[in-house]
Amino acid sequence: MARIDLKNIAHSYHAKPKEPGDYALKHIHSTWEEGGAYALLGPSGCGKTTLLNIISGLLTPSEGRVLYDGRDVTDLPPEKRNIAQVFQFPVLYDTMTVFDNLAFPLKNRGFKMAEITPRVREIADILDLTPFLDKRAAGLTADAKQKISLGRGLVRSDVAAILFDEPLTVIDPQLKWQLRCKLKEIHEQLKLTLVYVTHDQVEALTFADQVIVMYEGEIVQIGTPEELFENPRHKFVGYFIGSPGMNFLPCSLEGRQARVGGVTIALSPETAALGAKAEGELEVGIRPMHLEVHGAAVDGGVPVTVKSVEDQGSFRILTAMLNGHTVRARLPEGRPVPETQAWLRFPPERTKLFAEERLVV
Amino acid sequence: MEKWADNKAWFLVLPVFVVVAFSAIIPLMTVVNYSVQDIFGPGNAVFVGTEWFEQMLTDHRLHDALWRQFLFSGLVLLIEIPLGILIALAMPKKGWGVSASLVTLAIPLLIPWNVIGTIWIIFTRPDIGLFGVGINSLDLLEVPFDHTARPSYAWVTLMAMEVWHWTPLVALLCYAGLRAIPEAYYQAAKIDGASAWAVFRYIQLPKMRGVLTIAVLLRWMDSFLIYAEPFALTGGGPGNSTTFLSIYLVKLATGQFDLGPAAAFSLIYFLIVLLFSFIFYQALLNVGKGEKAS
Repeated sequence: MARIDLKNIAHSYHAKPKEPGDYALKHIHSTWEEGGAYALLGPSGCGKTTLLNIISGLLTPSEGRVLYDGRDVTDLPPEKRNIAQVFQFPVLYDTMTVFDNLAFPLKNRGFKMAEITPRVREIADILDLTPFLDKRAAGLTADAKQKISLGRGLVRSDVAAILFDEPLTVIDPQLKWQLRCKLKEIHEQLKLTLVYVTHDQVEALTFADQVIVMYEGEIVQIGTPEELFENPRHKFVGYFIGSPGMNFLPCSLEGRQARVGGVTIALSPETAALGAKAEGELEVGIRPMHLEVHGAAVDGGVPVTVKSVEDQGSFRILTAMLNGHTVRARLPEGRPVPETQAWLRFPPERTKLFAEERLVV
Repeated sequence: MEKWADNKAWFLVLPVFVVVAFSAIIPLMTVVNYSVQDIFGPGNAVFVGTEWFEQMLTDHRLHDALWRQFLFSGLVLLIEIPLGILIALAMPKKGWGVSASLVTLAIPLLIPWNVIGTIWIIFTRPDIGLFGVGINSLDLLEVPFDHTARPSYAWVTLMAMEVWHWTPLVALLCYAGLRAIPEAYYQAAKIDGASAWAVFRYIQLPKMRGVLTIAVLLRWMDSFLIYAEPFALTGGGPGNSTTFLSIYLVKLATGQFDLGPAAAFSLIYFLIVLLFSFIFYQALLNVGKGEKAS
């Protein structure tokens, strides 16, 4: 168990990085609390695996320090850091039995069989692997194999953190849920710091207490799933989280109103005040589920042309054009859907203002 | 099951059947035909049953050649497989060194068999060869080095030739096998604190099982059928010391024109190769696969 401090981390795969584009990680400065469940969420290539490998010690960062409980571990190799890492696909020693797989990290560290056996049995018990202990690891199902990879990390009693690198990619959908529950259970039981890398927002939001959203080598927001949804700090968080993502419309500010082409959208006084101080290009942003859709003109409603309606089962997505910009709204099932013309109302308390891609603050 | 109106689809198989018949079955059957007859001339053959087989199975020279052959192939496998693995492990993994080492390794494989023999004869010649002159100038050997002088010298030359010629094949196969291991295995091993030996024993070696099976089979069959190199080097000498099965077979068949015994010998030879290939294949396929109690 450990608190992880990342101090001004930057990493480049080039030997001599010159421009910002050479960096896979630009500037990461963050503290992750002991016993927390963190998810690193971001699209492919945003640097989340790089960051994970820096924490585990598989990579040494070009700049910055990594601290475990205040102890500088930047130059320590992975085996000295007491972390467990579970990879995208199960990594097993397939000529060994499940027992030997689990015992391997302990054997490498010179433990006696008398110490190893009870510890392996204990971990196998937690992971429901006891019936397979004498089986050869190669013949097991993907989820059992992933549990073995996890077990190899847990078997060390001094493990500081468990890092997961998209561990459910190769697992069948119905088992994914089961395994995710198992992970949560282990987290609660052992109170370990968990870091979970994924590009799947559902996985991140259900698994973690704190979601760290990464974009182009930077952390753009850290927050609870709710914070990320309600108050995205960055445009990217807005459209990456939520399905469909947030709507963004370029605008200019006119007193307490945002002007988008020929129409105006009312803003809350706080937002308008913050917007007045912000510099750069402004955009209004709103979640599709917060947009009110009306079939007739309403006070504060903006007229739009309906392009299409998609049925998603429990809700419908209305796609409309507002002065040449696409806007999506989420409609609860059973509500009448306007066919060609609709009026959208932007509730001021839900309407956010972004300047230069960042939320005005 | 539904019955088809006709069985014309069989005609589609016919071309393959014809090709296989002419390329394998018919030639093999002529050998079988020779092996059970004593042929004096066209239209003058006597059926002799298993006489040639009995003769060959009790032939001392064949026994000697067979043991020599086993020794040779055994040594070839014992040297080439570990050496090939070592070379593959030592090869660079990225940069210009990869292409450089691949091209260097491929060179011996591109040279025709009997040219290899000639190269090594010249290389080991005591009067002009680099190796021959070099080792003799050190004055370490009781009898000056000359690959025709002593059986051990002929064997050393032959083994060196064989190892030089074919270890690259094993190395290339192993290299391909090693490159196919995903990086995550090495990363996991690092996190588990595995030693370099443990990484080799539990990751690299098991993952090379497939390519090693191919390497062992190829080297086994090929070295068991070796002909051109000893033929070019000493023609089976000095004495009979490098008379391997194929050299003896050729002497019998085209030297003495004993087609009956040679045919019987060929069939025995074929069965030995087949049998051992099968054993190796099964062994390598199943090694370390049994359930183990802890």
